[in-house]
Amino acid sequence: MNWTDFLLILHGLHWTVLLTAGALAIGAILGFPIMLMRVSRNRVLRIVALAFISFVRAIPPIVWIFLIFFGVGAGGTGFNPFAAALVAFGLIAAANMAEIYRGGLIAVPSGQSEAAEALNLSPQHRFFGVIFPQLMRVALPTTATYAIGLLKDSAIASTIGVTELAFQGRYVTQMNYQYLPVLGMVGLIYILLSLPIAWVSRVADQKLRSKVAR
Amino acid sequence: MTDLWLGMTSDDILTWLPELWQGFKISLQVTGLTLLLGIPLGLVFALAVQSKLRAMRWSVLALVEIGRGAPALVLIQFMYSGLPQAGLTLGSFSAAVAALGLSTAAYTSEIIRAGLQAVPAGQKEAAAVLRLGRLDTLRFVTLPQAIRIAVPGLLGFSILVLQSTSLCFTISLSEIISRAYDIGAITFQYFPVLMLAGLFFAAVCIPASILVSWFEGRAGAYAKR
Repeated sequence: MNWTDFLLILHGLHWTVLLTAGALAIGAILGFPIMLMRVSRNRVLRIVALAFISFVRAIPPIVWIFLIFFGVGAGGTGFNPFAAALVAFGLIAAANMAEIYRGGLIAVPSGQSEAAEALNLSPQHRFFGVIFPQLMRVALPTTATYAIGLLKDSAIASTIGVTELAFQGRYVTQMNYQYLPVLGMVGLIYILLSLPIAWVSRVADQKLRSKVAR
Repeated sequence: MTDLWLGMTSDDILTWLPELWQGFKISLQVTGLTLLLGIPLGLVFALAVQSKLRAMRWSVLALVEIGRGAPALVLIQFMYSGLPQAGLTLGSFSAAVAALGLSTAAYTSEIIRAGLQAVPAGQKEAAAVLRLGRLDTLRFVTLPQAIRIAVPGLLGFSILVLQSTSLCFTISLSEIISRAYDIGAITFQYFPVLMLAGLFFAAVCIPASILVSWFEGRAGAYAKR
């Protein structure tokens, strides 16, 4: 493996980062209403959210990617691979983020909402002023851990031709047949990418968790 | 022959189901062997990172970081197409088990290590007072309690292992996803056949995750006592 090969692998880097960040953003936004549905008093909303979360998480990511790329795409919408992968991982991230938010919500002691109620705060004020900030402190480190999982799962997008790191790695091996060093290098780049996220997760965990009321 | 959904007929289902089931059996075999190899190895890793030998500690830590840090897809392809260059040629089945086994060992070593750390220090001290040796303390006191704490985590991870066997599609192991993909390529009915394949996973993973949360509830009740 020479310098040109290495640069060719790195050509996939921005797609990996974009896919991970994009899916995480979609998940972080969509996950919130899904979590609210999941804990709602309305039984129908609760069951719909539970069914969505369970099904999305029970079926492997590669199936969702194929379903959206070949299944929905073949219907004439003509998805490009990146858009299909973004939609698939966005949905998967939404289901997982909903569960992460819910974990954060459960971690906030019930005394907090009782105290807010005793202070006669409005329901909105109670949620966004008291519960939400504490929920996020618990959810953020878990989100960082999940982001690492998503980063690694994004390699699956190579199967539908998104030219990210794993795809570029395979492309290079098809030209020089140097499977061992090239695939080793691809694995190493993923590990290096996950290190800063792991570091942020650890620091955030120490800083934020200590501020949650007990 | 009735059109059920998106051009899929009841005859289609009857021809696809046995084919998919044959593939799913391979997925289950890979999962079983991976867990059989990975969890004991994870236990060894968990004990080895606590070793007093620095070389041992660092080499195992490196293995754990590789197993956890590199995507399973890249590990699978590395074992399948990378290792022959180092003189070790594995078939797609063994390569899948080796790659997923390494990743399982890395993850479960962390789950088991967390379990070992969750055992109260008083247990070890009491064992020392009773003059139990290091091995006996581990065997009869810490490990049984650590495993009990680790069970929900290990079960939850096992579900993920079953799901990650779908990645063996890329090394042409004829598991359920590659069979579904082949059927899709022949009939152009990707959507229904992939959905069916997905339902196989859901049929195992949804009851299994309900079981895991039940175990977690029980473990929580156990810890509170």
